[in-house]
Amino acid sequence: MSKRTLYDKIWDDHFVASRDDGSDLMYIDRHLVHEVTSPQAFEGLRENNLKPRRVSSILATPDHNVPTTLRKNDLDGIKDPISKLQVLTLDENCNEFGINQFKLNDQRQGIVHVIGPEQGLTLPGMTIVCGDSHTSTHGAFGSLAMGIGTSEVEHVLATQCLITKKQKNMLININGAIEFGVTAKDITMFIIGKIGTAGGTGHVIEYSGEAISSLSMEGRMTLCNMAIEAGARAGMVAPDDKTYDYVKGRPLAPKNNDLLKAINYWKTLPSDDGAKFDQVYNFEAKDILPQVTWGTSPEMVVSVNDTVPNSSDKNIQNALDYMGLKPGTKITDIELDQIFIGSCTNSRIEDLRAASEILKDNKISKRIKRAIVVPGSGLVKEQAESEGLDEIFIDAGFEWRDAGCSMCLGMNPDQLNQLERCASTSNRNFEGRQGYKGRTHLVSPIMAALASLEGKFSDVSNC
Amino acid sequence: MSQISNIYSGKIACIDKANIDTDQIIPKQFLKSIKKTGLGPFLFDSWRYEDEGFLGKEMSKRTLKKDFVLNKEAFSKANILIARENFGCGSSREHAVWALKDFGIQTVIAPSFGDIFFNNCFKNGVLAIQISEQNIEKIFSNQSESNPIEISVDLVNQKIFSDHLFKENFEIDSYRKNCLIEGLDEIGYSLKYEKDINMFEEKIKKERPWIINE
Repeated sequence: MSKRTLYDKIWDDHFVASRDDGSDLMYIDRHLVHEVTSPQAFEGLRENNLKPRRVSSILATPDHNVPTTLRKNDLDGIKDPISKLQVLTLDENCNEFGINQFKLNDQRQGIVHVIGPEQGLTLPGMTIVCGDSHTSTHGAFGSLAMGIGTSEVEHVLATQCLITKKQKNMLININGAIEFGVTAKDITMFIIGKIGTAGGTGHVIEYSGEAISSLSMEGRMTLCNMAIEAGARAGMVAPDDKTYDYVKGRPLAPKNNDLLKAINYWKTLPSDDGAKFDQVYNFEAKDILPQVTWGTSPEMVVSVNDTVPNSSDKNIQNALDYMGLKPGTKITDIELDQIFIGSCTNSRIEDLRAASEILKDNKISKRIKRAIVVPGSGLVKEQAESEGLDEIFIDAGFEWRDAGCSMCLGMNPDQLNQLERCASTSNRNFEGRQGYKGRTHLVSPIMAALASLEGKFSDVSNC
Repeated sequence: MSQISNIYSGKIACIDKANIDTDQIIPKQFLKSIKKTGLGPFLFDSWRYEDEGFLGKEMSKRTLKKDFVLNKEAFSKANILIARENFGCGSSREHAVWALKDFGIQTVIAPSFGDIFFNNCFKNGVLAIQISEQNIEKIFSNQSESNPIEISVDLVNQKIFSDHLFKENFEIDSYRKNCLIEGLDEIGYSLKYEKDINMFEEKIKKERPWIINE
């Protein structure tokens, strides 16, 4: 048998049929649903008198529009009537079709890409989709996880399959061990800086090497989360003992004999030695320093001890203009207005622990108008509170919020004001992403916490 | 799935930017809509208007940015949009395509596209065409308000051309092409393979019982 990559193996094990128009049907094991990209898909089912084919494959939760304060008010806490209607519509659709939903007032509610792994819904070797580009997150478990559009959501609901064509294989090796203060977020931003936001287009990225295998599962999720920012619909890390240990005992994970059988299968998944990749990149972990974006695309990124570039390139000049930055400015001289710790990239317990370690017995700078921390799920929040992390954040001057996507994209009231500058642990620094005319610098939770103390960026290796 | 004409010509509008993300094509506040229609007025909202828009805002009170290409008389009726590389990167929001379509854009042309956006286009009868950087450059350098370029697309023969300026053959997957030409119902088409899907499910129930656990 020919040597295969992790992606090849998952593809082979989910191939259903070739349609006679040349496309392929790939079976979908799990489908996550949120309120923003699903209403039109459910409407389409109704119009065509269809039903979801396998309801048990679906987990739904509202996350984008939800308020991160006063959760006890439930739906009445959503002030914007249009947001409220969208959340209500998810409720109605889940009720009508019998879909399992973690509602707004459920302790297990949270960002879809946090709750999937948390519940054991995300497992190695699976195909997972969601109408959300950051579905790539779940690839951390050695699954093939992809963001899809709403038409595809409807198609998957109706057929349990995705119409697709096989993509190319890309391997990104990070050799050696990462330095102190460097996180999975810095690795993933460094890669985007090197290969660009279109570098992975048409590919599935497999990340490997010592720096990757030594990452925790949370770190691997952060890494794969931003595969889409490198242009790849899916990023993945081969499953190993860390993966199995993380999965074991979670509510939706297999148990007893099924678990043993599953682990035996999962062990067959890593890419074979000598398997062919269409594109291979090698980077040295020692070259990766803490990263900060300076522009309006995730590829506009430098190390914290670097400067804002000086270039005649029009795209760069436009970005600097929008960001209100002058070429040659030191990153460590950039002063901030807001701090956001959260999002599907960096809102897991490990992220909150790392940030709180910096903040312990410290106060945020007077410069900072607002600093918020938004746990990725109700359960992450509960865990953090049991460890006393909430008190560290609050004592430092942070606001301790309820779970949701929050200021990653500001579909709820958590937004930047015009021209405000934010150190954010989210994934996109696009124009207006965090608020109309707002300015976003993407960083790790450690960098965000440090920046909150100084009111500007500083290098963690100097700590 | 919507149908598209086999051969058509149209006026173009050019946005001279790379990496135009779907957040720019349709900002987040418009994703709150539970409909596919009515998003055209908010296409490129932050680039197109002086003020911040939201669903339900009185449009007659909004001020257009005069410099933005779609606000210029010569280009405001364009049905073909042209941009630089990696057009439609970022968020999977299909609202970006719904907004383009609702505005009247039938074809988008760029040297490269974000994967999810590219896919979403075809699901809505919008043709996304990849052409060479050189021809994109030719279009950008020859486009003017006084003499707007017209481009013709021959979908069946996969040709795109503009008189005296350029001619290029483009690639398109056969399944996408058929869907566009015939306006197929994709779900109906896939359900013709229901027997294969059933067989697949029976197989994985035995081989990987933790996947289908009901």
